[in-house]
Amino acid sequence: MFSLLNIRIGFFLAKRQIRRSSRWTTTLIIFVMFFTFLNLVVVSGILVGLIQGAIDAVRTHYTSDVIISTLSNKTYVENSPEIISIVKSLPQVEAVTARYLEGGTVEANYKTRTDEKEKPNTATASITGIDPVAEDSVSGISKFIIEGEYLTPQDYDQVLVGSFLVEKYLPIDSPGFSTLRNVSPGTKIRIKVHGVEREVTVKGIIKAKVDEVSLRLFMIDSQLKSIIGRNDYNVDEISIKLKPGVDPSIVRDILKRNGVDRVAKVQTYTDAQPKFIKDMVNTFALLGNMLSSIGLVVASITIFIVIFINAITRRKFIGILKGIGINERTIEISYIFQSFFYAFCGSLIGIVTLYVFLQPAIAAHPIDFPFSDGILVAPIGGTMLRVGLLMITTIIAGFIPARMIVRKNTLDSILGRN
Amino acid sequence: MIEVQKLKKSFKDGESTTEVLKGIDFVAKSGEFIAIMGRSGAGKSTFLYQMSLLDEPTEGIIFIDKINTQTLSTNEKTDFRLSLFGYIFQDYALLPEMTALENVALPLLMQNIKEKEALAKASDALIKVGLGKRLDNLPSQLSGGEQQRVSIARAIAHEPKILFADEPTANLDNESSRMIMEIFRDLHRKGQTIIMVTHEEEFSKNAERIVHLDDGRIVKEIIQKPQ
Repeated sequence: MFSLLNIRIGFFLAKRQIRRSSRWTTTLIIFVMFFTFLNLVVVSGILVGLIQGAIDAVRTHYTSDVIISTLSNKTYVENSPEIISIVKSLPQVEAVTARYLEGGTVEANYKTRTDEKEKPNTATASITGIDPVAEDSVSGISKFIIEGEYLTPQDYDQVLVGSFLVEKYLPIDSPGFSTLRNVSPGTKIRIKVHGVEREVTVKGIIKAKVDEVSLRLFMIDSQLKSIIGRNDYNVDEISIKLKPGVDPSIVRDILKRNGVDRVAKVQTYTDAQPKFIKDMVNTFALLGNMLSSIGLVVASITIFIVIFINAITRRKFIGILKGIGINERTIEISYIFQSFFYAFCGSLIGIVTLYVFLQPAIAAHPIDFPFSDGILVAPIGGTMLRVGLLMITTIIAGFIPARMIVRKNTLDSILGRN
Repeated sequence: MIEVQKLKKSFKDGESTTEVLKGIDFVAKSGEFIAIMGRSGAGKSTFLYQMSLLDEPTEGIIFIDKINTQTLSTNEKTDFRLSLFGYIFQDYALLPEMTALENVALPLLMQNIKEKEALAKASDALIKVGLGKRLDNLPSQLSGGEQQRVSIARAIAHEPKILFADEPTANLDNESSRMIMEIFRDLHRKGQTIIMVTHEEEFSKNAERIVHLDDGRIVKEIIQKPQ
């Protein structure tokens, strides 16, 4: 029976046993528990963070907090000027950028092509017209320039080319996807939109782990507007950056209440996430949990062995305890306390390491995965759940061997008989 | 106080069975100091372990205060040992991670006595056996004689009805042994029931009854005036 008296004496025994046991052994066990905790939390955290990094990048460098985009049955966002002025009037909004989008082709090396049978060096791109200053204030894409320079509002006939359009940065040879060869800042390229051709100069190459940046070609909005002949100031996308701490759904709902959703799609960054991204997050979380479960089994085996060896070597003293009238349950509780102590210390050190060192360090220096800057996702709730699981597993793993030894005949234990 | 009827104990070792106790009848009254003697292998310690409920007899009945102990559960036997008995083992049987004071206080704490009171009682018991200055020493910091005195303090601190001692002086030098026996004499004078296994004639003289065992049977009983 887990009476208060048994718990009190169990604690008394455990405290003394831990206090006077070998420091090295105690440190080693806590070390094992610490790494088990990290295995439980960090492995799944990194796996989820791999996708979360990609999601965060899309939010930071493309959609921002709220994005207004063209309805599927429309060619652009109608009444864009009015919508933009509504957005700008909202106190929650920090910055806004509007984008013109048109599909087109880009051709390079057309001046050096001598043979007409030679395949033209072309690529298909989403040509994006931006106000460079407004765009940078929302998406901060200027920091992704890897060659050349970012656009200024005066850069007429100049473009930024996404790195996935340049063979040097995406050396793939797929029948359905072609890239531009020999393109670098200063190279003349030809863009063709709606049948209108324009020769422009590459001012820079832009590379981000966001497809909507690396697969696009950026130019000054006024120039694209004139190429496509859109004179009504209606745009295709409006990204809205909110002030820190503002819930994007609040602004989304305000815009909907103003009727914006009748002429455009109004979405928060989470609404705009494709379903496969959400599925991937769940898949990676599941994978992480599976790996963590293995860690949990390893931890429980470790604790089982530790407590079993401890109980076996202390069998004589367990016999003495029983002999002088300490009941079996109390002795078992003392081992439960010891297991709890190891799991608690390991988890505590793990939590401090995780939240004080690891998470901030990885947030400041994300892991450079090919398609995302991986962060460590470790929400407090999930971590506490894992700590709870570790505790329960450890306690069970400590209780079983203690029970096995405690149940042996008292006198046999005292005399060391089998 | 203790009544043993037709007590048998045998041990199995593979196919063979060794009968150590072969039907013992025995009575110990309250306040008696009994020495159990006999040559090595006579069954002295086995007899003590059965009476003190540390082991299960193969046959026979043991009554303690008219309670048939065969009817008790494991937990009830543990409670019996805690509240009624005190044990002194040949090798002291102290818990190495606990100080002398903690070793003595443990059974008192298990009897739900408050920690402060338990420590005070434990301290008194250690003072009685002359270890007032070694309260906070671990067993490893004490001599054999001192460890046995801690063991005695632990056995008497909760004022048990019966004190069982299994060759308490076997591992001690003469001086320590005499000191231990002096403590026993003193306890007996105060009315403590003591059942002690010993093979040393000198120390059996302190008892008022000597029970001789041979080949698993009581072969002789001597009633004497304790020295």
